[in-house]
Amino acid sequence: MPSLKDLKNRIGSVKSTRKITKAMQMVAAAKLRRAQDAAEAARPYAERMNAVMSGLATSVGGSDSAPRLLAGTGKDQTHLLVVMTAERGLCGGFNSTIVRQARTKATELLSMGKTVKILTVGKKGREQLKRDFAKYFIAHVDLSEVKRVGYDNAQAIARDLIKRFDAGEFDVATLFFNRFQSVISQIPTAQQVIPAVFEETDGASTLYEYEPSEEGILADLLPRGVATQVFTALLENGASEQGARMSAMDNATRNAGDMIDRLTIQYNRSRQAAITKELIEIISGAEAL
Amino acid sequence: MADTMQFDLVSPERRLASVQAREVRIPGAAGDLTAMPGHAPLITTLRPGVLRIIKADGGTDDYAVTGGFAEVSAEGTTLLAEEALHVSEVTADVVKRFVTRAEEGLKAAKEAGHPDLVDDAAKLLADMVAIGDHIGIS
Repeated sequence: MPSLKDLKNRIGSVKSTRKITKAMQMVAAAKLRRAQDAAEAARPYAERMNAVMSGLATSVGGSDSAPRLLAGTGKDQTHLLVVMTAERGLCGGFNSTIVRQARTKATELLSMGKTVKILTVGKKGREQLKRDFAKYFIAHVDLSEVKRVGYDNAQAIARDLIKRFDAGEFDVATLFFNRFQSVISQIPTAQQVIPAVFEETDGASTLYEYEPSEEGILADLLPRGVATQVFTALLENGASEQGARMSAMDNATRNAGDMIDRLTIQYNRSRQAAITKELIEIISGAEAL
Repeated sequence: MADTMQFDLVSPERRLASVQAREVRIPGAAGDLTAMPGHAPLITTLRPGVLRIIKADGGTDDYAVTGGFAEVSAEGTTLLAEEALHVSEVTADVVKRFVTRAEEGLKAAKEAGHPDLVDDAAKLLADMVAIGDHIGIS
């Protein structure tokens, strides 16, 4: 049985923990709103981009002159997995779900005899994958200094990817990130970026004139398309991270509250028991006289 | 025929403008062009330059863009810019940053030694300088 003093200390420490988790939840909520706005603002660009590119891709895609970023290298031997996670923990299952999916995919590819390379974005994914897959790591992108993810960051990652692709380091690149659904649900997603795949856009597309040429425009747009997809993934991930942290911290705050209630009851009971015991001692002492 | 069309200017990070426009002067890669309502569908890449929007009320709005592409159709025009700034936000510092970046690109291209790349980079640099001249700072 812990003493009254111990109980009091524990209640105090749980209370301060609750304060911290509560504060983190509020911070995450504020950041979530900003991240959602950013994701929202980026959507029109990504949508138009996708629409134009898928139109172009269908008209150029079949020909032999299609750029390699669209047509691929003709092999799918070497896979590059771009695992995007958070820089920080304490966000529930956010990092683990991405890592789990990447790990499943990597194991599957390896068992099929493919070569796997891993590029990590964000510290947490790297830490979690290090144990099993350290020998497949080829690079790491550190965003811990970045306060607000901008298009520049996405562009830098995309350029690096394209450079590696041109150097023949891999045949297929897939992004792993969490797509933001709501505060309590983020969907781990794997999206192939090289060779490019497009979501089908419905409706008959207008017949466009192209200036300079279809191939010219496509060659110009494909690297931008990669950057846009990376950017979208980064933003979705950012919003998901804050959402996940918010709900994790909400749970933690609630748990701390429950714990405080339990400890307080225990404290009060012990105190009463102690008082009763003292009374009995006094009364029986008086009776003995 | 309608005398205005919908014009949208979007960058990867946000939507910069969404207005009714009478005409839009676009710095296309193969030369400047003006899009007006009822224009034939066209997709063109952009060179760095100044975009001028003539709004429904006759007022104008200028934006400096560093590249991207434009999608023109009879109903409207969408311009997807890599980076776009309203002219009032373009200061000598910004132009300097663009020019420095283009100069670095040119240097890198020269080192790589591919003549096409050097030409492209040199053209980019010239375009960047031209933006500064156009706006009247450099």
